[in-house]
Amino acid sequence: MPYTPDKPKLAESSDELRARIPGWGADLDPADRPSVPRERFDPTFSGAWWEFPERQPEKVPRERSIEHKFLTPVFGTVSPPRGVSGAIRRYAYKRYSEGRAAHWLLLMVADRVDVAGSTVLSIFSRHPDNPITETGVPAEASHHPVSSRTDDRRTDVRHQALDPFIVAAPWVLAAGVTYVLARKVIRRAA
Amino acid sequence: MVYRGPYRIRAEEKDRPAVEHPNDAIVRVTKAAICGSDLHLYHGMMPDTRVGTTFGHEFVGVVDEVGPSVRNLKVGDRVMVPFNIFCGTCYFCARGLYSNCHNVNPNATAVGGIYGYSHTSGGYDGGQAEYVRVPLADVGPSLIPDWMDEDDAVLLTDALATGYFGAQLGDIVEGDVVVVFGAGPVGLYAAKSAWLMGAGRVIVIDHLDYRLAKAAEFAHAETLNFTEYDDIVVQVKKLTDHLGADVAIDAVGAEADGNLLQHVTAAKLKLQGGSPVALNWAIDSVRKGGTISVMGAYGPLFSAVKFGDAMNKGLTLRMNQCPVKRQWPRLFEHIRNGYLKPSDIVTHRIPLEHIAEGYHIFSAKLDGCIKPLIIPS
Repeated sequence: MPYTPDKPKLAESSDELRARIPGWGADLDPADRPSVPRERFDPTFSGAWWEFPERQPEKVPRERSIEHKFLTPVFGTVSPPRGVSGAIRRYAYKRYSEGRAAHWLLLMVADRVDVAGSTVLSIFSRHPDNPITETGVPAEASHHPVSSRTDDRRTDVRHQALDPFIVAAPWVLAAGVTYVLARKVIRRAA
Repeated sequence: MVYRGPYRIRAEEKDRPAVEHPNDAIVRVTKAAICGSDLHLYHGMMPDTRVGTTFGHEFVGVVDEVGPSVRNLKVGDRVMVPFNIFCGTCYFCARGLYSNCHNVNPNATAVGGIYGYSHTSGGYDGGQAEYVRVPLADVGPSLIPDWMDEDDAVLLTDALATGYFGAQLGDIVEGDVVVVFGAGPVGLYAAKSAWLMGAGRVIVIDHLDYRLAKAAEFAHAETLNFTEYDDIVVQVKKLTDHLGADVAIDAVGAEADGNLLQHVTAAKLKLQGGSPVALNWAIDSVRKGGTISVMGAYGPLFSAVKFGDAMNKGLTLRMNQCPVKRQWPRLFEHIRNGYLKPSDIVTHRIPLEHIAEGYHIFSAKLDGCIKPLIIPS
């Protein structure tokens, strides 16, 4: 107990644990643990044969953190910034470092704009969004929805009653604000 | 697998990835997994997650094409690919910090490159697909040993390596009391690994009984369902003679539900990098002078962490994304010796075309799901 010097005794000794648990103590010596020491200078372990990787061609302008000195020699090429969300993303990267909350909050805003725009645009595509199949809800019919709920085996039960309000409230609020503003503009024009 | 927005994904035909860099390989995926941290993307919690991207950082496959400068791999090789994309020679890689590579992620300096983990991690597509671009193929992938089961190999690409790494970060010494928050795949592997490092007692905490049953069976752990206690911190203190645990491992991360305020500000409004409930419980449950290990993934925004308590208690906080490849040689030995059998926690095998259902099952913890594997068409 903490009020006296000795550490509380455990119910099982090391020998008992070794007998009961396969591999107990195999890495008892910290030297046997792969990430000890935390930093170990060994540039040959990885298989790299370069000191600096060859540079990947920049086919389209690539956004980057202003904390980097230059565009990294290797980078991902999926989903370049596009449209309004792309403009927000480019601004966030160009203007703010990773240390600024504005950087991340702008990126989150861009994500929401991207989703809204993509959802609308999908209506005009050959593969429009399907809110039922894309949420995976059909799995509810085939993967023990009742027993999962009754046995307290689900993680989302507690919030299912609350979620519609939390998810829908910003949309309802935004629709209300839009309606009020539009009405004001129309009345003023008339 | 294509992201369409929070809680919305679908299977869709995309162009086959191309070689973009001379040291790229294109890998035909034979098995992938959904990771708990994919749920942060799925729930819209990770900034710069763009519509149209493909998730998946746990995968194995067969090399289908190699770029002109690839020396260490050839077409037809069966490979396991660590979730980190890394160059092997930057300041950080040279010191074994592969998850902190400075040469592969132009979007941020705080995190390295990760497959299918938003542009925050470099803007690479992931392996929940038929084909995937594997950059710097000479350093990341390893051949799957002939004796290794493919299911075990795919779990080595993140979950097992991360769980083992989490136990290492705890700096466990013989007889330590280790408390693990979260009985998902990483928490289960961390609990199991804690014994390898000589823990004297391992306690796993979660809110789902079926996962706790797995922790007892797979990881030989004592278990606590925190919903059964008014205050889980007090319960841990009672169980440890009011001393607290020597080591606490946070294997939950941003997905922790928390109270209503935390749920709304983190999970719903995304104004925190994650709900820090598990981390705060870890800080409160560990003894003074103890160690906290964090492998639960958090977003880049700040989280309201009880830093004052951590300071006053003299805690050591250790954390990182796992440098996966550094762990492999030792983990291969443990698997060969029969100390670890990672695929014992696999509960679901889902065809790629049913990926949306797979995410829903995993996210809602429907059907007793612990670890789903994705089988490409």
